[in-house]
Amino acid sequence: MRTSTQAAPRQSPWRGLARRPARPWARRVEPYLFLSPTVLLMLVLMLVPIVMVIGYSLMDRVIMTKDSRYAGLVNYVDVLTNPVFWTAVRNTTFFTGVSVVAHLVLGMGFALLLNSPLLGNATKAIFRVIYILPWLFTVAIIAVLWRLLLNPNGVVNHLLQGAGLVDEKVEWLASTSTALYAVTFVNIWSGYPFYMMSLLAGLQGIPRDLYEAAVVDGAGGWQRFAHVTLPQLRPIIVSIAMLDVIFTTQQFALIWMTTGGGPINVTEMLSTFTYKLAFSKYDFATASASAVIIFGFSMVLAFFYVRHQKARD
Amino acid sequence: MEPRGLRRAVMKAGVLFALLAGAVVVAFPVVWMAVSSFKSNPEIFELPPRLVTESFSFDAYTTILRDPVKVRFFVNSYVVALSVTALTLVVAILAGYAFSRFDFVGKRPLNMIIVSVQAVPPITLLIPYFGLMVTLRLYNTYAALILTYMVFTLPYAIIMMTGYFNTLPRELDEAVRVDGAGSMTALWRILVPISIPGLVSVGIYTFMIAWNEYLFALTLTRTQDMRTVPIGIQLLMGQHSYEWNEMMAMSILGCIPVLVLFLFFQRFFIGGMTAGSVKS
Repeated sequence: MRTSTQAAPRQSPWRGLARRPARPWARRVEPYLFLSPTVLLMLVLMLVPIVMVIGYSLMDRVIMTKDSRYAGLVNYVDVLTNPVFWTAVRNTTFFTGVSVVAHLVLGMGFALLLNSPLLGNATKAIFRVIYILPWLFTVAIIAVLWRLLLNPNGVVNHLLQGAGLVDEKVEWLASTSTALYAVTFVNIWSGYPFYMMSLLAGLQGIPRDLYEAAVVDGAGGWQRFAHVTLPQLRPIIVSIAMLDVIFTTQQFALIWMTTGGGPINVTEMLSTFTYKLAFSKYDFATASASAVIIFGFSMVLAFFYVRHQKARD
Repeated sequence: MEPRGLRRAVMKAGVLFALLAGAVVVAFPVVWMAVSSFKSNPEIFELPPRLVTESFSFDAYTTILRDPVKVRFFVNSYVVALSVTALTLVVAILAGYAFSRFDFVGKRPLNMIIVSVQAVPPITLLIPYFGLMVTLRLYNTYAALILTYMVFTLPYAIIMMTGYFNTLPRELDEAVRVDGAGSMTALWRILVPISIPGLVSVGIYTFMIAWNEYLFALTLTRTQDMRTVPIGIQLLMGQHSYEWNEMMAMSILGCIPVLVLFLFFQRFFIGGMTAGSVKS
């Protein structure tokens, strides 16, 4: 999904032209003009807000009041000594870890099935459309849909009772013992198609002669997967898994619309924890401290992602 | 049948069975959404649950489409998503052209900033955005949503457009420039028209992000006449009781634009989805 920008591989002719007396200044300024809308937007809507949120996090109260004062690191201490924050860290870690692994396993499994040479192209096309379906829905839609399905009187309980898997109506999203698993499951359901499609594109890009050579060497199906397919897909897997970690740790809408972080914080994530501080308790200063902590964590992830992408170029 | 052929047939049956089993789990929720949207509300939790109802009706749809408040959610979503798409494309074309065709001081750092900006958590920006939009008197306007969405659509669009322009030979636009035309002419007359496939991919992806956005729409708008579809769906929950059939009908209506884009532009759609992680 994301790569880094890079100039066309050819040596630029403009570098030579720029040294000529004819319009050298205009030519040198030109790229900056083309980039000015981007830079302006990034300054106003990225740099300024980040400076603002760091500023807020060092004040005693902000936004709702005019007389805010510098408060040092008090807000950070408040966040880091709040047990709910650590619950949110644990939940976010579980939610992200399980989602990413399940996404990868399902995405790989479906991609391999959809790439099978045993099936006709029409069959593959039909299944591909079905399997991509969850990715076409807004998180808001996914949330209400699964609230309907997982309702105690809903169809999931009915089917599971029919199959003898549960004895009574389970309150999947409202019970402290199941809510975290339920939201993680929904996130897995909605997120695997991205892996599947990326891996499918990757599979189709693996040169056939690699497999032919492996067959000549007497490699079986599993060995071909382990020694040809996996190494060839490795850069793609690392890229999408990193992106998935970055975006899953930031997931808000799904949690907010299914459980709201409850019951009793069992599905509280870093995003919902921060949102509640700001927009339920109107404690914007403490919320900003929490937001800055999340920001720092995301930037660490981004650093590794950018480094990986640069290594691939 | 010879053993090899038999083995092949058994494997094919196995693959088909696995795909079918997976498809049931994947597609059932979607089918259930559609089925429920045609039921009456009391029927939603009727036991045993039925796939085909006796009282099949479009009532839930007509209720939504006759309610100006709910129609407004759709109008808002279209206005915001289409504006974001158009603006993102224009800005990304300009930036992509600079990255693809020029070498300049600060190119690498700027490039890295654009890549890493994508990882900035929305929740971090939300609090200052709230303050910023109130200060700029943009709170509860289309502009608040359009501007903030662009922060998340633009980096990806720039990266994609740069990549697309890089696949086009430089000779194309150089020829025009040698004839004395400026860069703007080379870009808009030569490069952009042959970049339509790339623009479609980027446009679809951008539209989808804007159409689906929830957090900013929830926080940066307040009145019902400014709400978008994702918030509208949520507002149906617990207004009086839960109107499940209406929520499902609204969900179906809400995913139609993305579904249509997908069906008509499947190749571009998947191109936009996988472009970054897969490299040719």
